[in-house]
Amino acid sequence: MLTFIIRRMLWTVLVMFVITVLVFIIFFKTPGVDPARALAGRSPNPQTLAEIRAQLGLGRPFPIEYGIMMKKIFISRDLVSYSNQGVRVVQEVFAATPATLSLVFGATVLWVVLAIAVGIAAALLRGTVFDPLIMVVALIGVSAPVFWVGQIVNMLSQSALHDTFLFSWVPPLGYTPFLQSPELWFKGLVLPWITLSILYIGFYGRVLRANLLEVQNEDYVRTARAKGISERRVWLRHTLRTSMITFVSLFGLDFAVLVAGGALLTEVVFGIHGVGYLTWQALQNLDLPTIMATTIYGAFFIVLINALVDVAYAWLDPRIRPT
Amino acid sequence: MATLLEQVEVDTELGGGGGGPPPPGAGPPARGGGPPPACNPWALAARRLWRNRIAMAALLLFLVIVVMCLAAPLYADHVAHVNPFVPNLNGHTVVNGKVVPVMQRGGGILKLGETPIGPTWDPSHYFLGADSTGRDVAALLLYAGQSSLLIGIGSAVLCSLAATVIALIAGFFGGVTDSVASRIMDVIWAFPVILLAICIGTELLTHSNGFQFGPLHVDASSLWLPTLIIGFIYIPYVYRPVRGQVLSVVNKEFVEAATAQGAGNTRLIFSEILPNVVSTVIVLLPLIVATTILTESALSFLGVGVQPPNVSWGTLINDGTDLVYTRPWVTIAPGLMILLTVLSLNVLGDGVRDALDPRAKLRVEG
Repeated sequence: MLTFIIRRMLWTVLVMFVITVLVFIIFFKTPGVDPARALAGRSPNPQTLAEIRAQLGLGRPFPIEYGIMMKKIFISRDLVSYSNQGVRVVQEVFAATPATLSLVFGATVLWVVLAIAVGIAAALLRGTVFDPLIMVVALIGVSAPVFWVGQIVNMLSQSALHDTFLFSWVPPLGYTPFLQSPELWFKGLVLPWITLSILYIGFYGRVLRANLLEVQNEDYVRTARAKGISERRVWLRHTLRTSMITFVSLFGLDFAVLVAGGALLTEVVFGIHGVGYLTWQALQNLDLPTIMATTIYGAFFIVLINALVDVAYAWLDPRIRPT
Repeated sequence: MATLLEQVEVDTELGGGGGGPPPPGAGPPARGGGPPPACNPWALAARRLWRNRIAMAALLLFLVIVVMCLAAPLYADHVAHVNPFVPNLNGHTVVNGKVVPVMQRGGGILKLGETPIGPTWDPSHYFLGADSTGRDVAALLLYAGQSSLLIGIGSAVLCSLAATVIALIAGFFGGVTDSVASRIMDVIWAFPVILLAICIGTELLTHSNGFQFGPLHVDASSLWLPTLIIGFIYIPYVYRPVRGQVLSVVNKEFVEAATAQGAGNTRLIFSEILPNVVSTVIVLLPLIVATTILTESALSFLGVGVQPPNVSWGTLINDGTDLVYTRPWVTIAPGLMILLTVLSLNVLGDGVRDALDPRAKLRVEG
């Protein structure tokens, strides 16, 4: 077990290194693009360009350029955004994280609870008309683009139905930190939570239902029933536990992706200033340093969570350890 | 609840274990009707798919959407008589027999400024209304569909081809080749799809004169760029299941028998292993197309996908953001098209999976 963990962590470090190299290559070494000009944002003046070249050591050998950039991102953390008045990029990313975490955690709780409910309901109601019905609704949830759903929700809650009892409590778009006003924090996040979870409820509901039904054919479930264990216990204690393995491993991946900036679309549509929103703004302004920072930190987070999920998986299921 | 009889039924029912509604046509096997007419497994699978009415309806819906989008020039020229790519701020159109300006003064909630005309529900005059530059939304919708479908299908096909070739080589030769290929795939997989696409897209955006790849010049607004980017980022997605299938086939006896007959590597890969792996790819294909269409719309919405003067459903939704409170149909229509297309592809994908192997443990991960 220990060797597995060590090997996994070493591999993680290697992947992180390769990711930084890859991002560096994308932004600094795309053929035909002058990195100083690209970093400087729109319409740079020659002084800015010269300053960038000096600060980042452009024109020097590849490893030195790479080393300087990595130092600026991780060690001294003084990478500045040239098109955004010299704002320190890394600090900006950290400051935007609470908003993203609020959004993602809330959505996660919502989707896990509802996906389990949906999956179990569909599996239990198999054979009746409700099973295909639930699956179709889940499928619609998976098929709708999340930013479009957000726009529609906004349209309904901010404008068309804002004055009715349904949506009169909805505050204007934006994020309020929890410490500033818990009530507004909550009200402002309810609709984003629901929007973000629709996609995942659909997906995980279907996965769980498929797993539950597959597990029904296993011998140990048949034994449990033959033993006379109540249906409820068979489902909750025997069937559900096995089906949750796939659920949990997929969940770990998706959660990591969301925190790393995958919730970008929801944040943009609802005006929540999280990491994803930061990335999008940087995109609008062609602010490459910010995009680099968010990408690297995001990818790191994902790789780390992947490694943790793998370790947890190996601990739960001894069969897969020798990897 | 589950009596012994039901247990037996669950075991023998053909549609068990799959996700989505079980195909209505594939009930308990026919007894005493003689052997089924077609013995070729592909023909059998095709018949199972054909009998799955829900999947066939989904296929029909998808084809209708494709045909509608291909007919975009027909609609624009002969039905609506507009050129949807040219702004029409000072134009006029006919509503209920009266000539009205396309951009109306004092429309919307606040009754200020100019608001484009809303849906007229008249196919020859601004069926879905106009957008903020006076263009006909319905005609734009169909042209946008061409881009979205082209990028979606194109990138899915490219991705599947590349992933299959790499998986075949990696799985067949094993050893170092396999390790290296799988590790590279893991690194690409580690990037969140959206971020990677944004990175590459942004980088390409800063270069507005297009790119020179040797003798080829690729315009910056060409549809090839989003196609290649999206195709590239989904390669690991297809690579994993295909490689798994290749690994399970490579050790089977018929491969060994072919080697004993003197088959070289090429014949082994393409004549023995590939036919057995193709079903995995076919099952994944509708789902990959659905995913690529959603990704393309997200990227275009953010501005890193399809570039002007091309339009796609994602760019239309982006354009509709300013008008979402006054003229919601500019936003609703493209999103609805995406929803219907992706939904039909998902249902079709379920049907194809059930047809090719009703007891398949194939599962699309992530």
